Amino acid sequence: MSIPPHSRRKSKYEPRSHAGGMDSVRTSAMIASLDAEGRETIDAPFGHTLVDLAKTRDDILGLSADLSKYTDLHIFAQAYPDRFYQMGMAEALLMSAAAGLAREGFVPFATTYAVFAARRAYDFIAMAIAEENLPVKIACALPGLTTGYGPSHQATEDLAIMRAMPNMTVVDPCDAIDVAGATRAMMNHEGPAYMRLLRGKVPKVLDVYDYDFVLGRAKLLCEGKDLLIISSGIMTMRALDAAKFLAKEGVGIAVLHSPTIKPLDQETIIREVQKNGRLVVVAENHSITGGLGDAVAKTLLTHDVFVPLRQIGLPDEFLDAGALPTLHDQYGITVERVVGQLRHWLEG
Amino acid sequence: MSLMRRAWAIRRHALLMGEVQGQGYIGQALGVADILAVSYFHAMNFRADNSEWEQRDRFYLSIGHYAIGLYAALIEAGILPEDEIATYGMDDSRMPMSGMAAYTPGMEITGGSLGHGLGIAVGAALGLKRKKNTAIIYNLLSDGELGEGSTWEAVMSATQWQLDNLIAIVDFNNQQADGPSRSALAQGNELPKWEAFGWFAQEVDGNDLDALMVAFDAARHHPEPCPRVIICNTKMCCGISFLEAREKTHFIRVEPDEWAKALLEHEEKKPL
Repeated sequence: MSIPPHSRRKSKYEPRSHAGGMDSVRTSAMIASLDAEGRETIDAPFGHTLVDLAKTRDDILGLSADLSKYTDLHIFAQAYPDRFYQMGMAEALLMSAAAGLAREGFVPFATTYAVFAARRAYDFIAMAIAEENLPVKIACALPGLTTGYGPSHQATEDLAIMRAMPNMTVVDPCDAIDVAGATRAMMNHEGPAYMRLLRGKVPKVLDVYDYDFVLGRAKLLCEGKDLLIISSGIMTMRALDAAKFLAKEGVGIAVLHSPTIKPLDQETIIREVQKNGRLVVVAENHSITGGLGDAVAKTLLTHDVFVPLRQIGLPDEFLDAGALPTLHDQYGITVERVVGQLRHWLEG
Repeated sequence: MSLMRRAWAIRRHALLMGEVQGQGYIGQALGVADILAVSYFHAMNFRADNSEWEQRDRFYLSIGHYAIGLYAALIEAGILPEDEIATYGMDDSRMPMSGMAAYTPGMEITGGSLGHGLGIAVGAALGLKRKKNTAIIYNLLSDGELGEGSTWEAVMSATQWQLDNLIAIVDFNNQQADGPSRSALAQGNELPKWEAFGWFAQEVDGNDLDALMVAFDAARHHPEPCPRVIICNTKMCCGISFLEAREKTHFIRVEPDEWAKALLEHEEKKPL
């Protein structure tokens, strides 16, 4: 049986004339730094924080499934070679072995890409780690749409998957400050935790907002009278930029950053939503199914808080491959697209 | 007390638990009773009054449904009290039908989702080495579990890390849920596979106590820095003749009067 023609992807590529050259073709490389243009960055906040923590905690270990360099764990491996375990390209083993080490009293940080942890290793995280509430800390790069490699590498549903797991704490940090804070908080947390990791040169954004990462707490970063954005991960960065942009037009946007997806800070969310009659928008670098948007909606409905609620997020689809800026624009998560969407809702 | 008597007692505890529920994985428990007897009463260090003693050898049961067998061994070892037999599989019992670490003293891991035990054992063996703890990790897994890819991830890793403190015990009873294991993925000839992966591998009659003792001793004292496996060919329902004769033994239903018959036959075989 042949593949029905409608399910084949049609080429959108139009051959360029030689005059255009190749300089305008952007690549889908996953190593492209996120949002880095013109913004201050910090190098490998996860790796350096872990090295720092390990100075006083000799129970901290690092494990990776052939992705230490791509999860910034190589920084730890260089500092503490005898505390790093290269588990090979074997994610089920990575999680099971981390569970075994935790059973013997260690605090293993296990790293891979978010797709491989959430999809491939789910049963091992669930039964070997979460069911026994073991202190394994899972840090996963390429969350949501942060690579142009296509669905094999785009973890668009990892939060939905991890949120559904009992005992699992789930964190979606925004910037380098947040990644560092979340790493410390995960270590101090007693049970298992899953963190969406931003790696490489990570933008520094939250330092000017009197902000510290606190597990399970959301924080209002800026106030605004017209609309409240509840966001996590890199969408908080975009939300703050959109708020600044719209402020020039006299539009007041409040941004409530909720990096802990589970347990959700229901109290703060409900309080901010009830403050005035603002439109509420949840923004996340994740599928609109099963992530922060759903968590916020459920929280509000089950607490009898009935407000207009809108979602900015990735569609419930396997996404295209391409250059990341193109894809962020296409799927509506650039600052420009967020501004446009907010204007549309405010005018509507 | 002789190992034969220990194995006999483990079978008796298991039969009594099977009678409580009227069904279950009694075939597997009877099949591995000799392995459990040699593990607990010949090979392993443990303290009956402290199931979390740091120096204990750890027994990891991958195959959660074999819990009835391990409970029987834990009762015989004095880690679980004999009077809890009547609670097996009941509400609020510490002995659920599938083994879970949080429920039962001496049940080291939560099994049941197959292909997990050996990977956890790799991590624990690494952890013991870090702590310079000389305890040994035993992992009882089944022939059916050899079909799980994650088992082989762990097999490779144990060699990579030279885990000479890890002893895998494969219960090869050639029965999995849908039929003979040899007609599925564990197609026999397992010994050279493990050897090719760098393990010190032995294959024995898993219902021969003397052969098991020799194999366990060899596994514990093997001088090479590699993980060890003992492939044990066992007979389902071993020891109860009319149950051994049944064709489908993965999950058996035993009529109420048959439990008495089984216990009677077993009583007649009581070693001195």
